[in-house]
Amino acid sequence: MATIFVDGKPHEVDGADNLLRACLSLGLDVPYFCWHPALGSVGACRACAVKQYANADDKRGRIVMSCMTPSSDNTYISIDDEEAKQFRKSVVEWLMTNHPHDCPVCEEGGHCHLQDMTVMVGHNQRRYRFSTRTHQNQDLGPFINHEMNRCIACYRCVRYYKDYAGGEDLGVYGAHDNLYFGRETDGVFDSEFSGNLIEVCPTGVFTDRTHSERYNRKWDMQFAPSVCQQCSVGCNISPGERYGELRRIENRYHGEINHYFLCDRGRFGHGYVNRKDRPRQPWQRVGQEQKSLAVDDVLDAAADALRGCRRVIGIGSPRASVEANFALQQWVGKENFFSGTSAAKQALVEQALAILQDTPVRTPSLRDMERADAVLVLGEDVTQTAPRIALALRQAVKNKGLVMAAGSKIADWQAAGVKDIAQNELSPLFIASFAATRLDDVAEASCRLASDDIARLGFAVANKIDNSAPTVSDLSPEQDAMASRIAGALLAADKPLLVSGTGCASLAIMQATANIAIALHVRGKAAEIALVQPEVNSIGVALIGGDSIEKALALLESGEADGVIVVENDIYRRADAERVEAALAKARVLVAIDHQQTPTVAKADFVLPAGSFAESDGTMINMEGRAQRYFQVYDPAYYDPDCQIHESWRWIYALHTSVERRMACWTQFDDITQLCAETVPALARIMDAAPNASYRMKGLKIARAPRRYSGRTAMRANLSVHEPRVSQDTDSALSFSMEGYVGPNEPASFVPFAWAPGWNSPQAWTKFQDEVGGHLRSGDSGVRLIEPKNSAQFSYFAGIPGAYVVREGQWQVAPLYHLFGSDELSVLAPAVKSMVVGAYVALSPADAARLKLAENSLVKVTLGNRSYSLRLKVSKSLTDGLVGLPAGIPGMPPILGHCHATLAAAGGL
Amino acid sequence: MSTFSRAADTHPLTWRIERLQGQALDLKTYESLEGFAALRKVVKEMSPADVQSLVKDANLRGRGGAGFPAGIKWSLVPMGENAPKQKYLVCNADEMEPGTFKDRLLMEQLPHQLVEAMIVAGYALQVSKAYIFLRGEYVVAAERLNQAIAEAKAAGYLGDNILGSGWGMELFVHTGAGRYICGEETALINSLEGRRANPRAKPPFPQVSGLWGKPTVVNNVETLSNVPAIVLRGAEWFKGLSRGKSPDAGTKLYGVSGRAVRTGVWELPIGTTARELLYEHAGGMQKGLDLMCWLPGGASTDFLLPEHLDLAMDYDTIMKAGSRMGTGLIMVVDNKQNIVSVVRNLEQFFARESCGWCTPCRDGLPWTVKVLQAIERGDGRPGDIEMLEQTTRFLGPGKTFCAHAPGAMEPLQSALKFFRGEFERGIKQAG
Repeated sequence: MATIFVDGKPHEVDGADNLLRACLSLGLDVPYFCWHPALGSVGACRACAVKQYANADDKRGRIVMSCMTPSSDNTYISIDDEEAKQFRKSVVEWLMTNHPHDCPVCEEGGHCHLQDMTVMVGHNQRRYRFSTRTHQNQDLGPFINHEMNRCIACYRCVRYYKDYAGGEDLGVYGAHDNLYFGRETDGVFDSEFSGNLIEVCPTGVFTDRTHSERYNRKWDMQFAPSVCQQCSVGCNISPGERYGELRRIENRYHGEINHYFLCDRGRFGHGYVNRKDRPRQPWQRVGQEQKSLAVDDVLDAAADALRGCRRVIGIGSPRASVEANFALQQWVGKENFFSGTSAAKQALVEQALAILQDTPVRTPSLRDMERADAVLVLGEDVTQTAPRIALALRQAVKNKGLVMAAGSKIADWQAAGVKDIAQNELSPLFIASFAATRLDDVAEASCRLASDDIARLGFAVANKIDNSAPTVSDLSPEQDAMASRIAGALLAADKPLLVSGTGCASLAIMQATANIAIALHVRGKAAEIALVQPEVNSIGVALIGGDSIEKALALLESGEADGVIVVENDIYRRADAERVEAALAKARVLVAIDHQQTPTVAKADFVLPAGSFAESDGTMINMEGRAQRYFQVYDPAYYDPDCQIHESWRWIYALHTSVERRMACWTQFDDITQLCAETVPALARIMDAAPNASYRMKGLKIARAPRRYSGRTAMRANLSVHEPRVSQDTDSALSFSMEGYVGPNEPASFVPFAWAPGWNSPQAWTKFQDEVGGHLRSGDSGVRLIEPKNSAQFSYFAGIPGAYVVREGQWQVAPLYHLFGSDELSVLAPAVKSMVVGAYVALSPADAARLKLAENSLVKVTLGNRSYSLRLKVSKSLTDGLVGLPAGIPGMPPILGHCHATLAAAGGL
Repeated sequence: MSTFSRAADTHPLTWRIERLQGQALDLKTYESLEGFAALRKVVKEMSPADVQSLVKDANLRGRGGAGFPAGIKWSLVPMGENAPKQKYLVCNADEMEPGTFKDRLLMEQLPHQLVEAMIVAGYALQVSKAYIFLRGEYVVAAERLNQAIAEAKAAGYLGDNILGSGWGMELFVHTGAGRYICGEETALINSLEGRRANPRAKPPFPQVSGLWGKPTVVNNVETLSNVPAIVLRGAEWFKGLSRGKSPDAGTKLYGVSGRAVRTGVWELPIGTTARELLYEHAGGMQKGLDLMCWLPGGASTDFLLPEHLDLAMDYDTIMKAGSRMGTGLIMVVDNKQNIVSVVRNLEQFFARESCGWCTPCRDGLPWTVKVLQAIERGDGRPGDIEMLEQTTRFLGPGKTFCAHAPGAMEPLQSALKFFRGEFERGIKQAG
């Protein structure tokens, strides 16, 4: 700690910090542009100038850049000094000389850091009277707009994109006042994290194109604290809505998970919420007709039908909330509740959960991952299955550079100095995968192996670390050497991290990963293990329990069960389509509760329109085992009285009580959550994930809309001249209004949108944090449900597979994942759809040559008794003997793990 | 009696030029003129530390313009067993200061002298590789330096185990792509690494973490070229060269450009007065012209007036007069010039050459140019001069990222101080 004196007042600060961060952490306002909490200091913009004095008696002082000056003990500075104020004002005046002042038509307006800083420094008169330079803009694809004329050349975009996110296709061109920040040519950014440029850019050079078509100001949107649904990481998001449409996803700060950044799937994949073809009214199928019914009627009709069933089963879903799954299980009973995942996937998730629950090794948050100083990724291509992890690992490999810099007395915030010293030195990252991954560029070594060989390598690493771990026989000398090298690096580290997951579809790989973690633990290392899950709430469903989809289908096939309720699940994605078709045909009653028009919904006898994450409250449990609450963003019925979208758990309970002809004994979200917490021991703490509906801040509900929200009373003027009261939210402590608590003064973990007086941009998060870039003042939201066992009762996994042998005509399938395509919901977003790769089959060049198959030729791929005609992609990095198939892509088989394929040129070979 | 006007012990930098006239610039000739004697001496008789302390004792100050003592710069480089294996010496030959053409002379006429100097300095710092970062337009210098390096390599002065010392280094010429900012040592390093030529933040200092993160010393051509003579003749001799004219040591390549009778560059004892330079060596102003003001050492130094001509041209004296000696090549401005145009021309250069990294320089300089252009055509407005004055303060040292903009402000601030009336004439008064 250190004491600094700011305008005469003493403050206790972290002496290792720079003055800018120290001042911002104290709540003092100092303007800045090039500095960013996640990017550190480079001293380019000169906006954060303050006056520094040699000591208490020095009255003269000199101007310094606060971002480049350490906050060491007995530092005397003035923010209010007249010269410093004038200088800061001049800086804004200079960088505004070429700015077009097009705020009224600029999509950044209203959440623009440049606007905020311009107001902060008091630059309110343009003295520059000469011509301004203009630039051509680039077409950067469906996600991001480019308007270079607004650029103030703070260099944040290239520093974020290249230095932080490891991208290569954004650069700075030109010199002096003719700088150009863009790609070499028009085109979509390569990086999975390009969307963060929108928030990193302090003005409107990069804006959200998915928002452009139906644009509105930030102050005219309703927001809610929410959680991304597009993978198992559980990044916190701040979705904004207007007129019943989700308009934009902004990052919501979470100190342990995503902090300032999201992946592009999470940011741009929300368009499925706005689809016109979503079920909005309940309907009953009568013959081929869909008959819309009122809520009471549909409940009565469905209840009648279900009462006539011999046995009713419920199929839950890993993309539905804990509450929806639990409500379904409560209704149909444990023996009739099914998790909604395939047996193969379920086994993987259960294995992962068992590892997290039963080994002495902790599972890390993303922040923990960033602190790792040696990383091994086995099998899982996190860059596509849980991209935000890949961004965290990119930070982890920089830890060596930070240590080197510290050795030269360069603080970690001196971004340029650290980079100069570190050069190309990186902390060790090893990757074993089926094919190249987009993290290989920062890996010390990447091995391309078949599934069983990846597992064997992992088991061997564990054995090298602790020789009481099972031995791998017949390991090739190269793999043995690699195992030794990896083991050495992990043992040499202070915080070794193991990453794997269910995506590689191998129990053995996860078990091998667990063995390494245990071995490191045995050797006294504070190892951590992260296991990526298939979907947003896979862990939640696994904790509730329930058998696989195959078991459910078997009950329908045998006629044992004849009523089925499917909640937020397209079971055609879970099992063979013909089998699903046949099983559903045998069911007397199929009730589908979903928010998308899926093939399952199309087959249903009764469809109850569910709320997506934007229209419902719920709890999701991420891969870390952290229960997180997401809140309804808006009430769709307010804009469309015919709209009968309701939370799944509400539909389930309504149907449940209708079938049983009894009164509902609970009506609120807190009731179901409470019941779940009391019923499922593993979920006992989910009530702690968020405050309940009676929570108030300063006696107020938390406002979803900013203070300046306009047009509230005219919102429905096209429907009726009457001005109904705004929707009342009985399920949470939030209000559908600007009425309620707004702002950072009271510590809160549930902040619908980033705003503080004078801070309209995402930089306002600073005001909600305990220290800049740290944790939210009242603690980061959510509650971790799984902590490592301290007992010494654990044992190594011993099921080491044999080395992979290519069997003639029997190709092992390697599932390959795609940021855009492998996730069910985001591909329904129009912007994402244009980015989805089509179905394909991948072979290594050697294999393609051996089979005399050319790139793009049609190949007949047979899996079990199904054949697919697919275009061949020759993949330079795919392991020989594997056939790569894209996972989750429409038109591809639902299960790709551990199966074998036969290949033939289409049209006969 | 020697028939030459310049001797090795009075003109250590240029004495060989006269003797080379009409001869090829080959290694043999250079060797016959004490060439590589200094290298042989250090390798045989001196430890790297000896050479370093010799240069420190000689008080050799950086001839690139800043005057930082070379010996002190060298002493910050990690030496000994635990020092990094890779260390670099870079010769800053990106001579782009307007009105400056001294390094060109040394490189075109005496390429072997620079090569030897770099090997001697390389030995003192125990570097593994050395680079000459050469201004791209210096095509002749590039050709001759490359030839000299090839000859030195063939003769065993470069490569492994130089002269049996057990130490070796490589030397390369790297031609720049034409940015003034590459003369700033950290921007030069970035450029050499293939990055944008933006200056780096210090710390870390290049001596600790420079080129590719390794200890690096960047010295000017003229600075390095003094080293062999210091090795051969000693620190005391070097200090005596200024002949009492200055506390600074050695000779200096001085020059004159502008409308003088004989523009050129001369090696003279450091501390020689500007008057001697202009009136004895350059023959005074051209006929019918009077001296209005002069820049002592390049575009990035403050104007001085005729009354300052008798000041000794050394670092401290010129500093005290309110300017900087800079490169020591003075630019004279005569009374027929419009000072606003002169300043506008200089500022246009600085605005164009800004790397674009920090706001005041990137956006403040072009604005300055536009205001000066307005004043030049009589279209200035009330407040323009005050704005220019504010700019000279806010683009000053410490407020911008590097010394580029503060350098650009020096001629502007001094012109405003000495010739404010000229600027006021360009302001259109209301009504």
